[in-house]
Amino acid sequence: MDYILIAVLALLGLALAFGLLLGFASVRFRVEGNPIVDQIDSILPQTQCGQCGYPGCRPYAEAIANGDAINKCPPGGQSTVEALADLLDVEAIPLDGGVEEEPIKTVAYIREDECIGCTKCIQACPVDAILGAAKQMHTVIVSECTGCDLCVEPCPVDCIDMLPVETTLNTWKWDMPKPGVQLIVTDLRGEVAEEGAVQ
Amino acid sequence: MSTQFSFHGGVHPPENKQRSTGLAIQTAPIPAELVVPLSQHIGAPSEVVVAVGDPVLKGQVIAEAVGRISVNVHAPSSGKVIAIEKRSVPHISGMQAPCIVIEADGKDQWCDHQGLDDYTAISKQALIDFIRHHGISGMGGAGFPTDVKLHLGDDHIVNTLVLNAMECEPYITADDMLLREHADNVIKGIEIIAHLLNPHHVMIGIEDNKPQAIRALELAAKNTSLNLDIIVVPTIYPSGGEKQLIKLLTGIEVPSGRIPADVGIVCQNVGTAAAIYEAVYEGMPLISRIVTLTGEALAHPHNMRALIGTPLKTLLDAAGVNEQALYRMVIGGPMMGFTVDDQSIPMIKTTNCIIAATYAEMPPAPPANPCIRCGMCEQVCPAELLPQQLYWFAKGKEFEKAKHHNLFDCIECGACSYVCPSNLPLVQYYRFAKAEIREEESEQRKADHARQRFEARQARLEQEKIEKELRRKQRAEDAAKAQAVKKDKAELHSESEQAVSAEPDLKTLKTAAAVSRTKLKKAQKALQNAEEKGLEGQDKLKVTVTELEAKAQAAQEAYDQALNAPAVSEPVVDIKQLKTNAAVARTKLKQAEKALAKAEESGEGDLADLKAKLVEQKAKTETAQAAYDAAESGGQSPAQDSAKLDELKAEMEAALGKVEKARKALDVAIAGSSPAVEKMKLGVEKLQSKYEACKAEYEKETSQNSSVTIKPLSAEQIAALKVDAEALQAKVAKAQTALDQAVASSSPAADKMKAGVEKLQAKYEEAQACYEQALAPSTGSNTSQLDELKAEIETLSTKVKKAKSALVNAQASNSPAAEKMQAGVEKLQSKLDQLTQAFVQAGGVPVEPEPIDPKALKQQVSIMRTKLKKAQAALDEAEDDNQSELKAEVERLTLAHEEAKVKLDEYEKIQLDKAAAEGVDLKQLKVDAAMARAAVTKAERAAEKAREEQTDDLTDIEQQLIVAQQKSEQLNQTLSRFTD
Repeated sequence: MDYILIAVLALLGLALAFGLLLGFASVRFRVEGNPIVDQIDSILPQTQCGQCGYPGCRPYAEAIANGDAINKCPPGGQSTVEALADLLDVEAIPLDGGVEEEPIKTVAYIREDECIGCTKCIQACPVDAILGAAKQMHTVIVSECTGCDLCVEPCPVDCIDMLPVETTLNTWKWDMPKPGVQLIVTDLRGEVAEEGAVQ
Repeated sequence: MSTQFSFHGGVHPPENKQRSTGLAIQTAPIPAELVVPLSQHIGAPSEVVVAVGDPVLKGQVIAEAVGRISVNVHAPSSGKVIAIEKRSVPHISGMQAPCIVIEADGKDQWCDHQGLDDYTAISKQALIDFIRHHGISGMGGAGFPTDVKLHLGDDHIVNTLVLNAMECEPYITADDMLLREHADNVIKGIEIIAHLLNPHHVMIGIEDNKPQAIRALELAAKNTSLNLDIIVVPTIYPSGGEKQLIKLLTGIEVPSGRIPADVGIVCQNVGTAAAIYEAVYEGMPLISRIVTLTGEALAHPHNMRALIGTPLKTLLDAAGVNEQALYRMVIGGPMMGFTVDDQSIPMIKTTNCIIAATYAEMPPAPPANPCIRCGMCEQVCPAELLPQQLYWFAKGKEFEKAKHHNLFDCIECGACSYVCPSNLPLVQYYRFAKAEIREEESEQRKADHARQRFEARQARLEQEKIEKELRRKQRAEDAAKAQAVKKDKAELHSESEQAVSAEPDLKTLKTAAAVSRTKLKKAQKALQNAEEKGLEGQDKLKVTVTELEAKAQAAQEAYDQALNAPAVSEPVVDIKQLKTNAAVARTKLKQAEKALAKAEESGEGDLADLKAKLVEQKAKTETAQAAYDAAESGGQSPAQDSAKLDELKAEMEAALGKVEKARKALDVAIAGSSPAVEKMKLGVEKLQSKYEACKAEYEKETSQNSSVTIKPLSAEQIAALKVDAEALQAKVAKAQTALDQAVASSSPAADKMKAGVEKLQAKYEEAQACYEQALAPSTGSNTSQLDELKAEIETLSTKVKKAKSALVNAQASNSPAAEKMQAGVEKLQSKLDQLTQAFVQAGGVPVEPEPIDPKALKQQVSIMRTKLKKAQAALDEAEDDNQSELKAEVERLTLAHEEAKVKLDEYEKIQLDKAAAEGVDLKQLKVDAAMARAAVTKAERAAEKAREEQTDDLTDIEQQLIVAQQKSEQLNQTLSRFTD
């Protein structure tokens, strides 16, 4: 009987001690904000385009942390979906709005002859990448443009184009080697046969 | 000398070097067109400083360095700049890049150039700048600007300077030939580098497959004071790799992700050393280099000193290319070089070899087979990586894992691919993976940058919002202050306030104008209608229209006037409020009086207290009344009057409508011999009386409005009392009638009713007394009160007369009230005397004849008529014992009625004359009005009938009804104008 009492008391004492310890730790080492939101935010492309339906990337990150779908970021493409799936340990689902190959990167370009200087695009730009003043010609700071195309819609004279980013010697990169151009002979034969069948 | 160290792995591909070492270095021909790319090195492209058409001399700067990692670009030969445009450049991508195109004039004329007499005499910084300005960049492969490497001594302790003469790649013999022919220059160049970096030890690493070069170096090295070792190492690919060379020579491994300078070692190419010598000693910028031209497709493979910018075609031609045999062109070695297709591509500072290969020499890559995990790649990797794993990661795009397997330590030497039995393009996979990771990182940087900018913008917008809000608040406060100041000012200037108070007047005027306009339009429409349908009374309508026109104009004018000079009107006092106050006070006074009378009667309660209260109440009433009168006499604006008039008129019309309806109903009832006829008749009469009362009031109001005379002070009060008294009288009469009826039908409630009648009678008498009392104290000596006094006297005298006649009647009928009445008469007589006296005292002249008050007259007449009728009706139904009394009453009333009627007739005659003077036959007008009213009734009836039968022409009838109503209204208006 005594043993049981001692055991119960000992366990109670331990439980109390660890409970106090945990309680103190949770107060002392409290984490400000939700760390997962920062991690998600760092994966998102930060175009601040709002195509996900949220006003910017961080709001979408918060929404994902609260259980929203991870496939709402067209600028990030499938790779972002996969990265998010990896981070959150969920199933990688196809990009919302159909499977799309890697999105072509674009930057806004203002046809400066046609610009009337209305400043509407300046107000729309989430990253302050458009330079200009009222009734003065505007221009895009290409290095700052995220290609979100939020400036295209407000332009009253439609003088903004989204041009694909030109590849220069510095931005050129190797492509993935085409695997199995010529496979082993039996496979090759199979391919030929298939082609013949199609024809 | 032998090596003490070795690096991991390495391969032994066929060297093919002897082919191009047979001939001495030859000078390549000057091409017709030199294409000089702006970016021949790692780092920022240089900036063009010449324009198209500019003549240039050999060695002239044509593009200047931009930023730290950049060098100048010089004209390789004399000539003219013919274009600055994008041309194909030697790059793996085969893309175009900006180039300066110079048309060589063939003279090859040098600009002024001079070497340094003693480079040790100038500062190290000046010397480095000198080298930089002469466009020296690494000649080994990557083309890193040399001056940057020469600066490494500033922040690193450089113990060892390593010169790379390995030239481990097959086919290439440029450095070998350079050392064979210009070893002295190389040593002198090394001396300059050593002077700048000040290393303890200088090592020249060279493979043992270049014995002639080794010998030449050793010869040249004898003359130098440097601590210089020429270290011959066994031939193995890729010993020429920087890190492999350092490992090989010193046994030190450069840590991953660091540069050799971090371990106190700087590595330079011997070709670079030679270029530095030429720049410093001879002042020659880097405009030419030694390039190996080799391959099966060339007739004379050899090394050439060629100008930078010389197209490959020129060089290949000089080497006797066999175009048919040429299968592919490779720039660089077969292991790390790249294939180009375009022969117009120029050679640049890093181009050390051009291989023109035949098909047999460099066949296309055999098809890649699946990895068999043989592990040979791992064995040959000089960087001690796991190529097989990296291949899987790259293929599966698991870049993060590839990165963790030190992908970036790969030097892309191609040894793994060389040994791969499955012919996997391993290096391509690694390059792809590296490019992807680099891009991802740059994207990440860009994303972070974008986020920073986005957040900064958000913060800015937030700040702006807050500031805006603050400004708005500030403005609101300012506005409030300004408003307060304005208000203070306004109080000082009453004029402005008056202007403000004049606004409601303006509004009413505007409304009046609008109303009159609408009426005019209606009248015009009616006239048109009448004309179209040939109705009677067209002339009258026309007249009405003209009048209305005049009225509308007048209203408009009044409005305009008010608008223009709104400040003239006097301060508005709430007359209605005052009136209410006065009325309330009066009621209270009455109550108090009643209470007092009751107390007196029953002898109960505190009489003194009640009396005091009564006095107090009286005083209050008088104050209220005085305030009201003052306001009304002084402040009532014509517009308000007119509004009031309109109201009264509307009331009157409504009453008229009711009367007509009732009449109609009565007619119907008579036609149907309904049992309720009698009652209905009574109702009709009642309504009639009401209507007349309304009309009387309206007319009174109108006359008041038109007359300029000031109203007697307490006339309102007296009138109210009078009305009270009359109302009570009417009630008494009604009760009497009801009682008579009850008696006639021998109802059991007759006794009760009798008691009620008596009570009412008592009340009536009380009210009368109150009225008289109210008249009594309002005596004064003011001239303004004279009129009042006069009026009182007149009323009193009338009353006395009435009372007297009543007394006579009562005496005649032996009424028990006769004595009482006599007392009342006497009292009245005494009061009258008193009043007359007071009036005389006040300075007035006693007047005998009554002034004509048509309104009052008419009212009196109508009241009399009603009373008379009622009395007659009562008489008809009365029992025998009551008849004499009633008869007397009837006679009295008839008398009074006739009296009043005579007066009214007199007045009406005057009115008629007046109307006649204006050209309108009043009688005719009256008839017309009556007819119009009848038409309205008829139309109404027809409409009702139509509604009941649901005939189609309902709208027609309704239209007619509206027209008739309009006509009737107009006529009534005209009529009322004359009967005013």
